[in-house]
Amino acid sequence: MSYVYSIGEYFLMIKGVFGRMTKRAVLKELIFKEINELIIGSLGIVSFISFFIGGVVAIQTALNLNNPLIPKALIAFAARQSIILEFAPTFISIIMAGKVGSFITSSIGSMRVTEQIDALEVMGINSLNYLIFPKIIAMLTYPFVIAISMFLGIVGAYAAAVLGGFVGSDIFLSGLQDNFDGFHLVYAFIKTFIFAMILATIPAYHGYYMKGGALEVGHASTTSFVWTSVVIIITNYVVTQLLLS
Amino acid sequence: MIEVKNIHKSFDGEEILKGIDFVFETGKTNLIIGESGSGKSVLLKCMLGLFKPEKGTIEYDGSAYYSFTDVEQRELRKEVGMLFQGGALFDSMTVEENVMFPLRMFTTHRRRELKSRVAEVLKRVNLEGSENKYPAEISGGMQKRVAIARAIVNKPKYLFCDEPNSGLDPKTATIIDNLIQELTRENNITTVIITHDMNSVLEIGENIAFLKDGVLAWQGDKSKIFKTDDETVTDFVYSSDLFKKVRNAQLKGH
Repeated sequence: MSYVYSIGEYFLMIKGVFGRMTKRAVLKELIFKEINELIIGSLGIVSFISFFIGGVVAIQTALNLNNPLIPKALIAFAARQSIILEFAPTFISIIMAGKVGSFITSSIGSMRVTEQIDALEVMGINSLNYLIFPKIIAMLTYPFVIAISMFLGIVGAYAAAVLGGFVGSDIFLSGLQDNFDGFHLVYAFIKTFIFAMILATIPAYHGYYMKGGALEVGHASTTSFVWTSVVIIITNYVVTQLLLS
Repeated sequence: MIEVKNIHKSFDGEEILKGIDFVFETGKTNLIIGESGSGKSVLLKCMLGLFKPEKGTIEYDGSAYYSFTDVEQRELRKEVGMLFQGGALFDSMTVEENVMFPLRMFTTHRRRELKSRVAEVLKRVNLEGSENKYPAEISGGMQKRVAIARAIVNKPKYLFCDEPNSGLDPKTATIIDNLIQELTRENNITTVIITHDMNSVLEIGENIAFLKDGVLAWQGDKSKIFKTDDETVTDFVYSSDLFKKVRNAQLKGH
């Protein structure tokens, strides 16, 4: 029953976020601040992980291609498909649930504990709009992060496969272009956009409605990570079923 | 003036406020005192519109708050300043940004005008030179003064303070008490303060409501509270050793 209550409360929160708007000039500043914290601040870790995971995918594919009848170009094809379809949009989003999601929950949760949210309400400010709307807008730029992740993942795969001596550069590049379906990119960015909304709102919900003190802020961050990950995985399955099958 | 009439409020079936009637006067420091759990904070939150009472009315200068439309309630909140127990300063903002916040949200003044008003208010609370510091970089007493500055920057008609002295040393607590009283008189505002601190009662108790188990058990001012024979009040007022000694000395005629 509490799950039903929470789901209802979550959608009421979303309604509240798009309710009375904060002054435009203030909102503009908040959106840029959130883009800096949530998006720009994540580029380093996303780039690092993407490059090396791309390399690992290429090496593992290469090491498993024992049959001489299977062309080496498959290394690039397999790396491209796994990075574009799954690794960049979903795996990076799970990592972002840990990084960005925990940040959102703990920052809003701390504001709840220290009565900063009450202070906003007493001033007559729609605290849901003030705190969460800029995060949602900032997360609209999340597909750029995933585009960078896709690019660096493939660069990592290229570096590992070519510099590691598993395949020649020409063969890798030709495999990279084999049977390319543009819709796979559309599919990847549709789910990225949905994940962005999940990443902005579920952690915000856990922070905004938390009760208790500093210890509970930690619990809320953990719970938020778990639920954001679960919802991302389920949504991934549903969207894949709807768009690819 | 704020008048609460027959306020009832319950949580999970337990009645916290059992019909409170009280008049908070303009230009005076109105204190709500009582033991923990007596309903002080709930009463304050009802007055602020954060909790809606099941029964009773709260009138701001004769107008009932809960009969206002949403827009009217928001307009009234612009005339309210609130000092939270922990200060509730925004961690990510400097002292200047914190104090400027209500002005930025509700006025269309230029930045230069806003800065000038902020400087004026910071000077009033003796915090010149702290504009660029973050709340984490200043002491608890200074944080309280920043919170007071933020509460009064918009020239409110009503000022609410939730335990303004908690966590402060006696000297700083007295400075904060006197500052609140001076601001109340200077600006002729209606100030409502929740406190446990009997020193505050002695210093600035101009109109006191004593709550006990959700009921208004006593009302009066600081000159009367130390003379009353009402046991409910004396149990609370003379619960500390220091005040017991003062009481005994008074009774002995010293």
